[in-house]
Amino acid sequence: MTKDNCEYLIERKDNVYEVVIGLEVHAQVTSNSKLFSSSSTTFGAEPNTQVSLVDAAFPGMLPVINEYCVKQAIKTGIGLKAQINKRSVFDRKNYFYADLPQGYQISQFKYPIVGEGTVVLDMPHGQKEVGIERLHLEQDAGKSIHDMDPQNTLVDLNRSGVALMEIVSKPDMRTPDEVSAYVKKLRSIMRYLGTCDGNMQEGSLRADVNISVRIKDSDKLGTRCEIKNVNSIKFMQMAIDYEANRQVDLIEEGKTIDQETRLFDTKKNETRSMRSKEDAHDYRYFPDPDLLPLEVTDDFIEKLRADIPELPDEKKKRFIDKFKVSPYEATILVSDIETAKYFEEVVAKMGKNQNMKLAVNWITGELFAVLNNKNLEISESPISAKNLAKLINLIKNGTISGKIAKTIFELMMDGDKDPQIIVDEKGLKQESDPKALEALIDKIINDNREKAIEYKQGKEKLFGFFVGQAMKVSGGKANPQLINEILKKKL
Amino acid sequence: MSDITSLTLTELVKNIKDKKISSEETTKAFIERGEKSRDLNVYITEDFSSALEKAKSFDQKPNFDLKLPGVPMAVKDLFCTNGVKTTAGSKILNNFIPPYESTVTQNIWKEGAILLGKLNCDEFAMGSSNETSFFGNVQSPIDKDLVPGGSSGGSASALAANLTPITIGTDTGGSIRQPASFTGTVGLKPTYGSCSRYGIVAFASSLDQAGPMSKDVKDCALLQEIISTYDEKDSTSIDFKRNKYSKELTNNIKGKKIGIPKEYRVDGMPKEIEDLWKKGIEYAKDCGAVIVEISLPHTNYALPTYYIVAPAEASSNLARYDGVKYGFRSKGENLIDMYEKTRSEGFGAEVQRRIMIGTYVLSSGYYDAYYLKAQKVRKLIKNDFDEAYKKVDAILTPSTPSAAFKIGEKTNDPVSMYLNDIFTVPVNLAGLPAISIPAGVDGKGYPLGLQIIGKAFDEQNILNIAYAMEEKIEFKNKITDWWIK
Repeated sequence: MTKDNCEYLIERKDNVYEVVIGLEVHAQVTSNSKLFSSSSTTFGAEPNTQVSLVDAAFPGMLPVINEYCVKQAIKTGIGLKAQINKRSVFDRKNYFYADLPQGYQISQFKYPIVGEGTVVLDMPHGQKEVGIERLHLEQDAGKSIHDMDPQNTLVDLNRSGVALMEIVSKPDMRTPDEVSAYVKKLRSIMRYLGTCDGNMQEGSLRADVNISVRIKDSDKLGTRCEIKNVNSIKFMQMAIDYEANRQVDLIEEGKTIDQETRLFDTKKNETRSMRSKEDAHDYRYFPDPDLLPLEVTDDFIEKLRADIPELPDEKKKRFIDKFKVSPYEATILVSDIETAKYFEEVVAKMGKNQNMKLAVNWITGELFAVLNNKNLEISESPISAKNLAKLINLIKNGTISGKIAKTIFELMMDGDKDPQIIVDEKGLKQESDPKALEALIDKIINDNREKAIEYKQGKEKLFGFFVGQAMKVSGGKANPQLINEILKKKL
Repeated sequence: MSDITSLTLTELVKNIKDKKISSEETTKAFIERGEKSRDLNVYITEDFSSALEKAKSFDQKPNFDLKLPGVPMAVKDLFCTNGVKTTAGSKILNNFIPPYESTVTQNIWKEGAILLGKLNCDEFAMGSSNETSFFGNVQSPIDKDLVPGGSSGGSASALAANLTPITIGTDTGGSIRQPASFTGTVGLKPTYGSCSRYGIVAFASSLDQAGPMSKDVKDCALLQEIISTYDEKDSTSIDFKRNKYSKELTNNIKGKKIGIPKEYRVDGMPKEIEDLWKKGIEYAKDCGAVIVEISLPHTNYALPTYYIVAPAEASSNLARYDGVKYGFRSKGENLIDMYEKTRSEGFGAEVQRRIMIGTYVLSSGYYDAYYLKAQKVRKLIKNDFDEAYKKVDAILTPSTPSAAFKIGEKTNDPVSMYLNDIFTVPVNLAGLPAISIPAGVDGKGYPLGLQIIGKAFDEQNILNIAYAMEEKIEFKNKITDWWIK
């Protein structure tokens, strides 16, 4: 079905379809307290222990906007290179549900706090821009738990009133890979900014996926379906794959697609209708009379702008310019702010004789493998940037070989050990004294006269045998470069 | 000394400060009279024994620097009171005991007042006759089977019947001023944002405002001074410089320009109201005020606008009463069934009517035609007042288009009931302050009130005008104690 990396097309008898995807990402604002109350937002607390009278919608309780959440939303807007609206309005979205204590969600409907912006994706075939339609602030609902009691549904209001940013993209994505890159990029930007931790397991980041299909190169959008509340990138990709094919099949069968809301069943790997357009809720949005329109000044916005850290795109550019790493390497290094920090620290600790190639390879190779195996974040790395830099320097100045370095790397994991100490303790210093190596090689040639003759007669493959012997006899410590030189001379 | 319960607040405070009477004596007097007056049905919750305890403890360690030293008072049951049942006149909150205190009542207790109990009102303050309360209608002390007005009907009756020396109500479309007018008492609706809405059961958030009700203007000024504070817990509370209303109260209103809006001469207005208004104009002139004819051209649209905006907000504000978290719950087959049964059994007919109106006007397809248009008209009504206040300092109108009516007289005719609010509603839509003072009686001897509307934040000015006119009017409420056997 997929033609190559950059295209995701669905082919049927006579037609080729492309898929049009837009995302509504719900990102939990990183904040100690809720959007309109002072209750804590800590994840995983005992049910209903982080609920104020406002969150539980007691009579006469009133919402008061949390300024920090407003700042976080504006910072995110700046990170998305978006229009910041100096005046926005909170509306009530009215519907009944057991985990919605007020009977309405406070959201922003007509006038969101952030307008149009852009996110740049680094795809294998080049960069791709995805438009941002808007970002608005809204309250999260509580949680209904249906499987803890056979008779009753239990409600946990800890999440009720937690601040969310709903980030709506334009229908600019065409492949599941772009969706994956988009979510990762959004998460990366927000983590750089400290506005959302992006933790999908804890529900800090979830998305509604809007999908439609159309004949390739057509400029008319097809009827879309919205897949609600998908909470992993993998599921998003699976849901898109299923849903796009379902829609194409309907069209091919001459049927029409109903605009509807669907759910993705992760067990059966299929989407199912949740409600049709006719059954759609009439949310009766209207401006919340308990809250005045939210007005911010230019000064307020500029102060926040001044505090914005270097973001992934800028960092990537700087890494390429300053450290001469490849765009591909730079993309990997900046995707997570902690990786970028680690890399820069390694570079700094390497001192004057920096070797970027070694630094990049050791981080993205050995270190990533270890972190992956142990399921650790780079911030929890068992080897500090300082000691990794030391290790790289030991390779660079010829103290150890790359092979020995791998052994040392393993040993360093035990309590972030200094590689120099390991080298000294275990006597792993590379043998680079030409006289000592010459003596060693003389002995090997002597012990293997017949092979030496065969080599001289033209059996050049045997060169490797002598190198192997030299390394073996030296316990792996012989400087491989010198061994090569001396062997060539002696044989 | 005359009977304690017939004293004004100012007299009462003076007597307590002069140690002529104790808080306990005072509290006892109001409790005893309250117990004899149960036929008026003003109380939803009596808190008498606790009040007496508090009075005794006040007397043991009296603090006479407070503005309400040991003064007992009852409040409308729309104010949440910590540990004391708060029903909003509704079955759906029949068992609700708030673990918190409204800012307005907190302000009162801080000045030394003592809670006597919670006063009856229309359900969720939706009504103009106190007949929509789940706890039954309230009798007016003026005459048997007469409505006290609404929604602060229990407050007005209790005050007029000397069951509380002062009280507080809430006013969304006239709910303080209309019952004050019907019972010969004084009622002030402050500027929107003057008194915190925190802890007041919401009806229509953009219109609701708490305010003082009293036997005279001086008491009203004192109570307003106490309850009006800026409150960070209410985002619509306004941080403006508040006067010491009682200290700055003056009857010198010479040269004040008072506007008479021609649009308030509505069709079919009884002659006695027309006469009262004319009399009011004369009183104002006697006080040295200058009378100016003004126009408020969009007055006619105020009532329909109000009956879109208020129900719209109410339909959303009342969504939280769903049987899930607190209050009344009916058993249902499932969640939806539980909602439907809880809300149809828990809310009365008038509340249900307004929820339905509100839901309708906010529905997609109707929003623009009703809610949005109403918001635009609301702006025009506010502009009318802004224009008028370029020429005048205050506006004088009747408080209501008629005197009090009999219980049951209008219950089957909601529109005629809604017409009661015709003079009071524009003030809420514009967010302005207005005071109703008793100014005369109709043919049957039932009290009639005049309304003085002020500029935003200009409570002092309308209190002064009311104070000056009160002196000229010399109104005396005739309370016969007909209900005491």
